[in-house]
Amino acid sequence: MTNSIDKLEVERYELFEAPAYRFSFNRRQFLKAFSGGIALIVPMSNLVAHTLQQEQGESGRNRASERVPEDIGAWIHIDESGMVSAFTGKVEIGQNIRTSLAQAVADELHVPLTSVRLVMADTDLTPFDLGTFGSMSTPRMAPQMRKAAAAARETLIALAAEQWNVAPTDVRIVNARFVNHDASKSLTLAEVAKGRKLVKTIPPDEAITPVRDWTVAGTPAPKVDGRDFVNGKHQYTTDLKRDGMLYGRIVRPSALEAKLVTSDTKAAEAIPGVVVVRDGDFIGVAAPDRETAIRAEKVIAVHWEAPGQPGNDELFDYLKKNATTESRGSRPVGSIADGMAAADKKLAQTYTVAYIAHAPLEPRATVAEWNDGKLTVWTGTQRPFGVRSELAEAFHIPEEKIRVIVPDTGSGYGGKHTGECAIEAARLARGTGKPVKLVWTREEEFSWAYFRPAGVIDVSTGVKNDGTVTAWEFHNYNSGSSGLPVKYDFPNQNIQFHNSKSPLRQGSYRGLAATANHFAREVHMDELAHLINMDPVEFRLKNIKDERLKAVLQAAAKTFGWGGKKTDGRGVGIACGFEKGSYIATAAEVSVDAKTGRVKIERVVESFECGAIVNPLHLNNQVEGAIVQAIGGALFENIQFKNGQILNGKFSQYRLPRFSDVPKIEVVLLDRKDLPSAGAGETPIVGLAPAVGNAIFDATGKRIRSMPLTG
Amino acid sequence: MSIMANVSSLNVNGKKLRIDADSQTPLLYVLRDHLNLTGTKYGCGEARCGACTVLVDGQPVRSCVTPVARVSEKQITTIEGIGDEGKLTPLQDAFLKADALQCGYCTSGMIVSATALLKKNPKPSREEIVKHMDGNICRCGTYLRILNAIEMAAGTAREVAE
Repeated sequence: MTNSIDKLEVERYELFEAPAYRFSFNRRQFLKAFSGGIALIVPMSNLVAHTLQQEQGESGRNRASERVPEDIGAWIHIDESGMVSAFTGKVEIGQNIRTSLAQAVADELHVPLTSVRLVMADTDLTPFDLGTFGSMSTPRMAPQMRKAAAAARETLIALAAEQWNVAPTDVRIVNARFVNHDASKSLTLAEVAKGRKLVKTIPPDEAITPVRDWTVAGTPAPKVDGRDFVNGKHQYTTDLKRDGMLYGRIVRPSALEAKLVTSDTKAAEAIPGVVVVRDGDFIGVAAPDRETAIRAEKVIAVHWEAPGQPGNDELFDYLKKNATTESRGSRPVGSIADGMAAADKKLAQTYTVAYIAHAPLEPRATVAEWNDGKLTVWTGTQRPFGVRSELAEAFHIPEEKIRVIVPDTGSGYGGKHTGECAIEAARLARGTGKPVKLVWTREEEFSWAYFRPAGVIDVSTGVKNDGTVTAWEFHNYNSGSSGLPVKYDFPNQNIQFHNSKSPLRQGSYRGLAATANHFAREVHMDELAHLINMDPVEFRLKNIKDERLKAVLQAAAKTFGWGGKKTDGRGVGIACGFEKGSYIATAAEVSVDAKTGRVKIERVVESFECGAIVNPLHLNNQVEGAIVQAIGGALFENIQFKNGQILNGKFSQYRLPRFSDVPKIEVVLLDRKDLPSAGAGETPIVGLAPAVGNAIFDATGKRIRSMPLTG
Repeated sequence: MSIMANVSSLNVNGKKLRIDADSQTPLLYVLRDHLNLTGTKYGCGEARCGACTVLVDGQPVRSCVTPVARVSEKQITTIEGIGDEGKLTPLQDAFLKADALQCGYCTSGMIVSATALLKKNPKPSREEIVKHMDGNICRCGTYLRILNAIEMAAGTAREVAE
């Protein structure tokens, strides 16, 4: 079968200020850092380079001509005590890859999970990585780790065999011990690795354990370092301290696009301990404690001038008016005109999607420190190497002089790709000559980061009374192209994405535009079903040939009890789809208060299929979490803005899902051990909003075509 | 107490600790910056997310909006004071068993809030738990698992998490 990931639409909405050309950690440096034991290196093979280019496209830096250097993709080190360290540039932000990647390594080496330690996201220690996004860690990084671990296993077996003077085929690993053919002799990992200093590069086609033979992967292993989170010991970036560290604050412009006209920093400079750092329109302060820094920031007198800018009330007109004529999408299939001519009924509708915020609970934070011209930053980002490039460009220094370290971070959801906070902290640290910690306030996080793009989607279709969709025309303005292609079997299609001018800074968000595109598509499908008086599940099945899509839809409908008895004041809705290699169907039941119109999601069933399941526990958790996060975008999240100012940029004004919003959730995981594992952190978010919108229609007869579904 | 007075000591996790903080400094930053008790987190600065929750004389309090002077005579418990050295409480244990976290940034506040609930009401109904916990945000959306963990600790869990 074709690899569906390879057919992904390139998503442009990743925000990058600077290109990353340099891949500085080469083999020579690795060898220098290597002291003893056994190391297995996976080089960037042609295959991986191909992937890399695709990821570059995904990440908005579509530089197909860029040469990918011969470099290290992943490596594993077994030290003389037998401890296994696996190195990856990926970051842990709550998606639990620190656990799932360790499971993959443990699996190949036949050692317990506790013998494997993951070293992640440190630009001086780990191999180059474009970033943790696009649900790539499981389909891309896990196989690389497995290859390195498999090679390590074979190498160790050969060494043990040599020691016993037997053939390698007579040696096995059982319970983390090497044993000979009759188990009369055994050696630990440490005993084999001791006194060795061996580095081996492995071929990219090293055989890895097939899914049916997984023993550690595929099991619900708990979060490897969970204990440090329940006792408060885990150190996020916000928790770090360095000797002599100062606390920073930034003087923010009055609005987006504002230019500094006048400023007076004398009062701040007069406060003992305060250093004011100015550089063009950048004004920041640093002080020995947070309270003094805040005081200094407040007494700085600034005058900004900002141009008038569009607000919410005109947003959707603005996006359509400013759409570029250039459009992107798959080549049209068949003929829309013919399809429309063959239709019994036609329908044209417009759907809109608001800007929403990621609102990661840990705001952007950085500790920055300069030593002898070398900059070290600790920061919560999904792109440590990208942030290193941004810093190199901002400070005109080579990347070799910069080290970016990402402590396991308080979430991101696609919102932590950029390096603004790191640059600001580094600028303050350079201006003061001391380490500086900068933690963005919640209000800064809302105003100076970026949003999930808003968008307008026009859908115009034709359908026959027997349920066959004959024409499907779909135009997305601004929200993005992810999830744009349909998995339905429509004979005539024209599906396009149109860039526009965004009044707000926008970037990636969990699932990217797949949420917007699924919302428009699946609400429209529901409208078509009603137009021809057909059951929405039956109608969809009529237009599906793809067996995997059919399977998730049927699984969700069955577990939900679709077609059951109706309750007064309640409604049910369903939606299905495909994105980033995985399939999803969501069924929802809502109640609508007759007096207030308040919508409560009562029950959700979501079926999900992402190939072979790596960790059912954390997969369940991801799917549930995505459903809950989706409630916000479906029902209440909506950034209000005017003239470059965010008008609801704090938690008291921006409603997020809470305990009392959470419905009964049933997750149905379809484990396809015969298919490669796809990433699962994003796609489960796309089904809820259309399912709920369709359920509201079922309950009230009122069709809402906007996200959030506020009518 | 006058606005400008400094606070010189604080009772935290059973110990009287010396500090030197302006009376109006939010308790959150005295704990984090002065006392290095960083398990208590900043999330919103306006008592809307619960990440900064600590116990003051056993009651859950949002430390980000609590001037330190207001609690200088009281007993403060942070996440670091929950459970003995090296030993988790049944609630902390249940959080692990129920996989009741993803990024973990809200976890301290969740555990502190739920600890207060279980002390006051050892067998809360699910509705009572939701009502008590509704001020705590988990942006990763692990709410059902947190409910499950609290019920496991209370011995009322209907089902054990997978």
